[in-house]
Amino acid sequence: MSGANLSGFKTLLYKELLRFWKVSLQTIGAPVLSTVLYLMIFSHVLDSHVTVYGAIEYTAFLVPGLVMMAVLQNAFANSSSSLIQSKITGNIVFVLLPPISYREFYAAYVLASVLRGVLVGFGVWLASLIFVFVAPKAPLWVLIFTLTGGAILGSLGVIAGIWAEKFDQLAGFQNFLIMPLTMLAGVFYSVHSLPVFWLRVSHFNPFFYMIDGFRYGFFGVSDVSPWLSLSIVSMFLAVLAALTLRMLASGYKLRG
Amino acid sequence: MTAAISVRGAVKHYGALQALGGVDLDVAQGEFFALLGPNGAGKTTLISALAGLIRLSAGSIRVMGHDVVDDYREARRMVGVVPQELVFDPFFSVREVLRLQSGYFGLKRNDDWIDELLASLDLTKKADANMRQLSGGMKRRVLVAQALVHRPPVIVLDEPTAGVDVELRQGLWAFVRKLNEQGHTIVLTTHYLEEAQTLCNRIAMLKAGRIVALDNTVNLLRAVDGHTLRVRIAGDLPAGLNGAAPERDGEHWVFASDDYTVLLDRLVALRNAGAAITEFEVGRPDLEKVFVDVMRRAE
Ligand SMILES: Nc1ncnc2c1ncn2[C@@H]1O[C@H](COP(=O)(O)OP(=O)(O)O)[C@@H](O)[C@H]1O
Ligand SMILES: [Mg+2]
Repeated sequence: MSGANLSGFKTLLYKELLRFWKVSLQTIGAPVLSTVLYLMIFSHVLDSHVTVYGAIEYTAFLVPGLVMMAVLQNAFANSSSSLIQSKITGNIVFVLLPPISYREFYAAYVLASVLRGVLVGFGVWLASLIFVFVAPKAPLWVLIFTLTGGAILGSLGVIAGIWAEKFDQLAGFQNFLIMPLTMLAGVFYSVHSLPVFWLRVSHFNPFFYMIDGFRYGFFGVSDVSPWLSLSIVSMFLAVLAALTLRMLASGYKLRG
Repeated sequence: MTAAISVRGAVKHYGALQALGGVDLDVAQGEFFALLGPNGAGKTTLISALAGLIRLSAGSIRVMGHDVVDDYREARRMVGVVPQELVFDPFFSVREVLRLQSGYFGLKRNDDWIDELLASLDLTKKADANMRQLSGGMKRRVLVAQALVHRPPVIVLDEPTAGVDVELRQGLWAFVRKLNEQGHTIVLTTHYLEEAQTLCNRIAMLKAGRIVALDNTVNLLRAVDGHTLRVRIAGDLPAGLNGAAPERDGEHWVFASDDYTVLLDRLVALRNAGAAITEFEVGRPDLEKVFVDVMRRAE
């Protein structure tokens, strides 16, 4: 056995970045715009009526949640859509023929997803400055949860992109799993404002910890301790990465 | 010398379907080898297993001595595959595609070789065109270039001339022949049997996942059918042709022999017997006959 193919990994990463960069209006511009629309509408309707954690204006509270939602959704969209497109058009062979290991393959797709998530998230935050100025109080937490959350959704995207054989199967994965888990994770509210039953249910949703931890990085306040969030999110990422790597190692649906 | 390709007991099942039923095959370095067989015979399946695109249900394959599973990195560096399907990535230009493919194989600066490939395949003018803007024949040539970015010693072409016009086919074969002369081992599949006959020194015929013929092209041509003499005669076949019994084929009578002089004797005998010959034609053995024969016998 020969050593790692670092150039192979780097080239695949570069290809994945180039792929979304070349259509950045769709892959970065569009998600930034739609998130800004959320912000505009919700803040206009609710700002004067609601404050969260005592003193935080609703619009300000909303910003980190929307930024993180953008990170997560776009990380997922990147790996899943790239893989399913390559499979359906057949050009996936170009990355299956070279001496690239499944670990290098995984790392390249997930890292590209994280970077797309970061770019869109940053774009949303920049655009939010039009409405309200929210700067992170603890940027390191913001960074940690961006990277882990992006990697989780990038991995889920790899799984979905490999599993799905048609675009509507991928859409199903997105609409019935990713969207509900994100929406119910407290993007638009503090879960403490929920009835006790739903509060408990929220605590079983790993997405809740990604968003809550991320929000802690902005306000220094959150529903649960950021350390608890970090341990749960890290564990979830470790399990998911192991699962995805096993799937790739087996050649499931890629190397019939 | 290590075999370029060595296949041992290759079996592949797709559910209940057996695509490969135990294939054993060695291709020596420097050979120009054809893998022939009807649609569904398992040619692409065998190539995919060799390239690591699918996993065998049983058996093993080595490329230049490297197992395609256990030592996949080395094995994949040794082989360039031109896939049967006309696939392309619509996001990139021709040059981008070739640079990316080089990078996947660990080659950072490969532009000199890329330029050479583009020139050899008559793609220089299209280097900066997006893949979507290319014709089918051009896309096929880009696939060939992609398979060669890492200068693999073994080159496998799966039906590279399907749906390609005559001029392009000849250009492509001239290029592949040159690669073979430079020492590359070539394996190809094609439905144009005359191409295989003129290009390849050895041929395997596959049917329903099994090898049903494997020999030098010369031997294959010799074994099944010799030269033929087809004659058309006004009236009946005269008697007394030194015991020769030609076969009837529509309007024609067909004499077969490995020896041209025997056929010449038949022609003379016919004339001496007073037959009114209206047409005659001498045929060389061709691979198509061999193919049809082999496939029939393998029923
Ligand atoms: N992914 C697959 N799933 C199920 N059956 C397959 C698959 N790929 C090939 N086959 C079947 O395996 C057999 C051999 O196919 P193939 O290797 O493509 O033949 P050839 O290239 O000689 O035309 C065919 O019966 C084909 O239908
Ligand atoms: Mg085929």
